[in-house]
Amino acid sequence: MLDQTAAPLPAYHVDAADPQRLRKAVEDVRLGAQRWRLASTLAWLDIRNRYRGSVLGPFWLTLSTGAMLLGLGLLYSALFKMSLREYLPHLAVSLVIWNAISQMVNDATTSLTASEGIIRQLPLPYTVHALRCVMRNAIIAAHNFPLILVVFLVCGHLPGPEAILAIPGFALIAVNSVAAALFLGMLCARFRDIGPIVGSTMQLAFFLTPILWKPRLLGDWEAWMPFNPFYAILETVRGPLVENGGPPLAWLAAIVYTVLTVTVAAVFFVRFRGRVAFWV
Amino acid sequence: MALIEARGLCLDFPYYHIGARSLKKRLMGKSRLHTDPSNRIVVTALRNLDFRIGKGERVALVGPNGAGKTTLLRTLAGVYEPVAGSLTVLGQIGALIDVAAGMDTESTGRENVRLRGLYRGLTDAECDRLAEEVAAFAGLGDFFDVPIRTYSAGMGVRLSFALATAMQPQVLLMDEWFLAGDAAFMAKAEERLARLVGGADIMVVATHDHGVVRRWCTRAIRLEGGVILADGPVEAVLDGLAAPA
Repeated sequence: MLDQTAAPLPAYHVDAADPQRLRKAVEDVRLGAQRWRLASTLAWLDIRNRYRGSVLGPFWLTLSTGAMLLGLGLLYSALFKMSLREYLPHLAVSLVIWNAISQMVNDATTSLTASEGIIRQLPLPYTVHALRCVMRNAIIAAHNFPLILVVFLVCGHLPGPEAILAIPGFALIAVNSVAAALFLGMLCARFRDIGPIVGSTMQLAFFLTPILWKPRLLGDWEAWMPFNPFYAILETVRGPLVENGGPPLAWLAAIVYTVLTVTVAAVFFVRFRGRVAFWV
Repeated sequence: MALIEARGLCLDFPYYHIGARSLKKRLMGKSRLHTDPSNRIVVTALRNLDFRIGKGERVALVGPNGAGKTTLLRTLAGVYEPVAGSLTVLGQIGALIDVAAGMDTESTGRENVRLRGLYRGLTDAECDRLAEEVAAFAGLGDFFDVPIRTYSAGMGVRLSFALATAMQPQVLLMDEWFLAGDAAFMAKAEERLARLVGGADIMVVATHDHGVVRRWCTRAIRLEGGVILADGPVEAVLDGLAAPA
């Protein structure tokens, strides 16, 4: 039998007249972050179960991204009349990071509904479910990262010391991911139509974002690029790795978008956290 | 001192799937972007509940299906937030509502025990101790290290039961499954269950089974349609059940 300490009794108190939403939301995030071991265990379990019995497992993703890189690289470098050595590093970083972002966003729409069984039985901080979703996608995305290295080696592309800036870039993506997992997770639990809308938006965004093409191909229109949040976020990682550091405007835009997503997610979470158990 | 106190506790259960769930209806309906309370289908699950459960009480929630027994248990456990009124629970809560929740069928018994330990917020060392204890009681032998997908129904029950009862909360919330298991298994589980119930300061159990109520409880609360119809000593409340007023 597990010993229980004789510390002061834990108290659970709710009063509909005084909901203390902000305090509870902050507490949720704090306790959820403390339980990261649970979130990461669940994330690894998700991956193990998804690829159970498969020989390559998540490396299938590496393989398919690699094939896509080769095919798209050959085709589009010819279309854009660029040498493969110039085009491929751009495409490799863009595609790998985009896949990570797009999978993250699509998965965020089910971050809470997928844990319905647990939410309705165990009072856990909802942040745990969001972290589980983010960690699961981070692990999957990490399987693609070696491709960037391979392409850099093959093309003889060597990023300078500014490559270190990719780390804050990844941090921005991580912060946005947690916010998205909470916000989209809640929104899609309440309105089941949002999931498909997000899916098609991401598909459109793939073509509107400089992934296959380089921003400078836009000519005069390039100045409008920072209005695309995906461009800004993508550039914080791609810039340091491929283009000797991204344009400062892209960094500024990325930080503004991050503040926006986090604010929207936080407001929504504080206001509606207590309703999630009814929505899933 | 362990305590459960509810004052004017209300809980509405919205049924989004039936009516106003979709964004289309929200945007294109008459009440455009306007939350009209009558626009959604709401089931009043708990209405104006007032009760106070003190240390040492063993309370049975009785009533027909859909009376709100399990919903009340989940509200006490902190899953649902009440829409009106207040609720205070002092003491560490242990909820045995659906034991299968959070089990991963692809993982072994041992891995599931560890997972449950993490759900409960235990440290690694505590998880190991929990695993040993559960293994000793469940008596699964080599099957403890085999995915639970392959377990027979009986083995699954033994693991769930051992896992669920390997705790000593001050406030124990149970659905009737636990006290009304099959006879052969209950004989073995008896002592363990008695220790769990005996060690808790407060027990609340939702059940249909009068035998369970008479055997384990000191007080009964009769719920119907989300309202408390009777609250008092077991016999008095059960007699009321036998001959509805």
